[in-house]
Amino acid sequence: MGMHSFQRLLELEEERPHARRVTARRLLAYLKPFWPYLALVMLFVVLSSAAFATAPYLIGLAIDQFIAAGDWAGLGRIVLLLGIVYFVALVTMGGQIYLMGWAGQHVLARLRREVFDKLHTLGLSYFDRHDAGDLMSRLTNDIDVLNQLLSNGLVQMIGGLFQLAGIVVAMVLLSWQLALATLSIIPVMLVVANILARRARAAFRKTRRTIGDVSVELEEKISGVRVAQAFHREQIDRQRFAELNAANRDANVSAVGITSAFAPAMDVLSTLAMAIVIGVGGSLALSSLLTVGVVVAFLRYVQMFFRPVQELSTVYAVLQSALAASERIFDLLDERPDLSDAPDAQPMPPIRGHVVFDHVHFSYASASGNGSDGPGVLNDINLRVEPGQVVAIVGPTGAGKTTLVSLLARFYDVTRGRVLIDGLDVRQVTLASLRQQLGIVPQDSFLFAGSVAENIRYGRLTATDQEVEEAARAVGAHEFIVNLPDGYQTQLGERGGTLSQGQRQLISLARAVLADPRILILDEATAHVDTRTERAIQRALEKLLRGRTSFVIAHRLSTIRNADQVYVLDGGRLVEQGTHQELLARGGLYAELYARQFRGL
Amino acid sequence: MHSLPRALRYLKPYWPIALGATISLLLVSAANLAIPQMLRYVVDGGIIAGSRAIILWGALGLIGLALTRGVFNFLQSYWSERASQEVAFDVRNDLFAKIQHLSFSYHDRAQTGQLMTRLTSDVEMVRQFTGLGLFQFIQALAALIGSATLLLLMNWRLALLTLATIPVVLALLAHLVTQVRPLFEQVQARLGRLNTILQENLAGIRIVKAFAREAYEAERFAVANQQYLAINLQALRIFVTHFPLVFFVFNLGILGIVWLGGSLAIAGQLSLGELTAFITYLNYLMMPLLTIGMLSAMTARSAASARRIFEILDAQVEVSDRPGAVPLPPIQGRVTFENVSFRYLGSERNSLSDVSFSIEPGQLVAILGATGSGKSTIINLIPRFYDVTSGRVLIDGYDVREVTLESLRSQIGIVLQETVLFSGSVRDNIAYGRPEASLEEVQAAARAAQAHEFIQQLPNGYDTIVGERGVGLSGGQRQRIAIARALLLDPRILILDDSTSSVDSETEYHIQQALNQLMRGRTSFVIAQRISTVRNADVILVMDQGRLVATGTHEQLIEENPVYAEIVYSQLRDDLTAEAVPAAELTMAAPAELDSKTGDGHGHA
Repeated sequence: MGMHSFQRLLELEEERPHARRVTARRLLAYLKPFWPYLALVMLFVVLSSAAFATAPYLIGLAIDQFIAAGDWAGLGRIVLLLGIVYFVALVTMGGQIYLMGWAGQHVLARLRREVFDKLHTLGLSYFDRHDAGDLMSRLTNDIDVLNQLLSNGLVQMIGGLFQLAGIVVAMVLLSWQLALATLSIIPVMLVVANILARRARAAFRKTRRTIGDVSVELEEKISGVRVAQAFHREQIDRQRFAELNAANRDANVSAVGITSAFAPAMDVLSTLAMAIVIGVGGSLALSSLLTVGVVVAFLRYVQMFFRPVQELSTVYAVLQSALAASERIFDLLDERPDLSDAPDAQPMPPIRGHVVFDHVHFSYASASGNGSDGPGVLNDINLRVEPGQVVAIVGPTGAGKTTLVSLLARFYDVTRGRVLIDGLDVRQVTLASLRQQLGIVPQDSFLFAGSVAENIRYGRLTATDQEVEEAARAVGAHEFIVNLPDGYQTQLGERGGTLSQGQRQLISLARAVLADPRILILDEATAHVDTRTERAIQRALEKLLRGRTSFVIAHRLSTIRNADQVYVLDGGRLVEQGTHQELLARGGLYAELYARQFRGL
Repeated sequence: MHSLPRALRYLKPYWPIALGATISLLLVSAANLAIPQMLRYVVDGGIIAGSRAIILWGALGLIGLALTRGVFNFLQSYWSERASQEVAFDVRNDLFAKIQHLSFSYHDRAQTGQLMTRLTSDVEMVRQFTGLGLFQFIQALAALIGSATLLLLMNWRLALLTLATIPVVLALLAHLVTQVRPLFEQVQARLGRLNTILQENLAGIRIVKAFAREAYEAERFAVANQQYLAINLQALRIFVTHFPLVFFVFNLGILGIVWLGGSLAIAGQLSLGELTAFITYLNYLMMPLLTIGMLSAMTARSAASARRIFEILDAQVEVSDRPGAVPLPPIQGRVTFENVSFRYLGSERNSLSDVSFSIEPGQLVAILGATGSGKSTIINLIPRFYDVTSGRVLIDGYDVREVTLESLRSQIGIVLQETVLFSGSVRDNIAYGRPEASLEEVQAAARAAQAHEFIQQLPNGYDTIVGERGVGLSGGQRQRIAIARALLLDPRILILDDSTSSVDSETEYHIQQALNQLMRGRTSFVIAQRISTVRNADVILVMDQGRLVATGTHEQLIEENPVYAEIVYSQLRDDLTAEAVPAAELTMAAPAELDSKTGDGHGHA
């Protein structure tokens, strides 16, 4: 585990005194736009509680006043009235459930959207540091916990608090002395609740983190299931998963161990209150300071006290869990975008293709913002590319070739130095306007689940079917595509399903060609393509690229030889540059690499 | 609906806890009934009668009762949570094991986001039911039956009138469940869709950013999010139109009692006390009904999720050990394809058609052909990642379908096209197939794969964390770790699927040298685009559109097979002859030798 993730761990464990209040307030802020609905919900809660309280009263009235007196008409009126009360209960109950549910679902939808949109504002270095599975867990499992709070918990809480308030008022009105005696237990309740809340939240944080771990493991092991089968690792992987799964189970059980204590504690405390009333009230009654009737009536209220307290206890567990989940969601939302448009960023004008690297230094450690300057991946890189030139970047694996082109697209910001396109620092223009003019084919060709046509059209969403086909033809992909079961409409599985790696590269290449980029970046874009197809692609690209600047990373010298400029990287430094002929003549690293390929032959 | 009872079977091993939770729950209910009785005793015998002793003892008794109730309340919720967490644990483990077990053909179609949704969200839904839901259901049912019996004993005519509403209530609930259950399945399916988009965006974040498609993806997600919201609201509407109605119908029953009972009382056929008592007990029916109504939606939801879970657990594993499969004895290395045809599931075309060849132990086999010609398919059939559509794949005369998968795959080392590294140290990744391997063995494998040098330069050497959250490795470095991983198995059959494509030519040369050593005595299959890799092979298989069009050595093929010859010449032309390389600048002998070959080849073309 890296230093950074370790720090995160500590961060999650430590108690943040104000965190709970802040998190709760922020959560409430999401409900704010729905305040008219919530006001209506409250009204319904009041009305339905009133209806539920009125019905027994009416029935009592019917028995005592009318049935006893044999008053048919009176009984009829009561029954009618009762019908109306029941109808009010029906409408208000349905209304409160629906309105609260409606508002709650909209809040959740908005949160999901915000989280998703947030992800796109974060730079690649964020994703280098965070597991996809954990981010997924925040957007699904954590938001799911909030769902429980919003759909039931909140109404229950409002209802419970409302009842509680009513009972307290009634108590005070009946006998303030007894009320004082009873309510003296409330501070004790609050202290106990607070102690348990703090422990519960730490426990729930652990449940959220462990389900995140489960999710990380799932994402990784499902994506890599083929390797697991090839190496017959199923048994060991299963064991590892079971461990993480068990950690999540245990975290949940211990969290419930705490929340389960909550309701009984409140129960015992409120019974204690009742005992106080009996003791104090009994004594007062015996010494005739209070009438027996008042004490008996008071006791009935104390008894009623239980119901809302019990109800609030159930909400309490949901609330603690939801707050722990919200922390994780808000943590993500608060993540500072490490790579964003400068406040005065201009849109990039149409690119002509003049590219300059001016004393560029780069290290991934500084990009992820953890301060310490790690070993530089790129050191003092200077290059100057004229519009329309084809630039080849060569060098041993790990020399920094991919990093170099990543800086051009501003996937990362340079640690020192500048990257200029047409004289503009890439940090001074808007990201979207910059990247829209670049066509990038990365090392790992990534396909989305969807049709072949959709995958190619990803390069330019407005492209017609004909343009999609032309792009496919240009890279020599048309032939195999029409042979697929449904041609261009063939649905591809995740990451391309059963397509071969070479076929995926062709689709990925067609996508970049369709984007009609001003600068094309090919990062070993044809490594898995057979040589005949590769040559066809090269010929097509030569036509397409006329007048456009392109960067090509390749290991096959055949691809490189036609470049206008060859830059040779080694250990993060630019060691040679020139044309193929010049570099061969120099007899340096390039000549060595070149010769090696022949020796291999 | 039967998926839910099936899910409940997961509770079986935890029956003592589940029973404990149920008993605790019933004891809590008993205490709930006892406390008002105790209170009445204190009021009547203590406060009204003026007995200090009864007041004192009564108050103490109340606290005692509350403590008892508290203890069982705690046990009830703790045990039911534990039982449900154990169920979730087991279901999740089973799902994980199953997913790992499912064949490549399943995973070709499956989406990670969808599978993850079933392992998290759906499992959680089922858990909620097996936890609180089930126990509350039992309690409510017991209370319902108890109070119904009581009512029948008190006044069967009025009781029947009340109970008449129950079939209506149950019908409503049943309707609610049948209406809402398919909706909940859709809710989960759309959640899965949402997760899939999310997962794709995370896995393909580079592409999204490279094409500045943030807005497009946000829109795609927003649409799916909206659909998920809409289906949730639809389910909510059904719940809202049914659940309050349940109460209304029941309340109408009460209304009827008041009216009819009142009439009977006025007519003198029923005493006032009886009517009052009856109506009081009627309220005892109310609470369990409320609970059952609330639970019905949860039940429907859990049933929908349970079905989705069992869909995976019941999925057919296409490639699995046959009954009576024998372990494959130590492999000699003879690999035979007999009229093998293969078609991917759902595809209309054969990916391999009638491929036959036989490889002797220890031979190096190179497979060559255009993109999508079936090269990878051939090697996927050897470790039996897929089963042939027709024909047979034999190793040492054993049909791969007749032997156990473990014995087969543990003797085959394979480097797949896509190099997957898992979160963990470099050492863990290399030792992936043999976790017990010593550091020396790991290093030896890394050396052979030309990976030792760069690994040593990593911040923590072999203990450096790589994978999703680890240090970034280049494509070529990843490939070399994957090769080391395969070499560590010391396999009898070694398969390299385009494994050095991202490696520079110098490194490739070194890997090649090392592999030449390692391949000695092993049967090896190599897919590569570069002729340099292919040339030394004992047998070259040339593939074209799923057919084996030529077999032979480099020398044979270059003379006999125009397709092969063309591939060779095109590469040589590109790499060598197109530009006249001043021979003086290249001091090595190899190019000269090649030049002569090229010339030779031209003669035959």
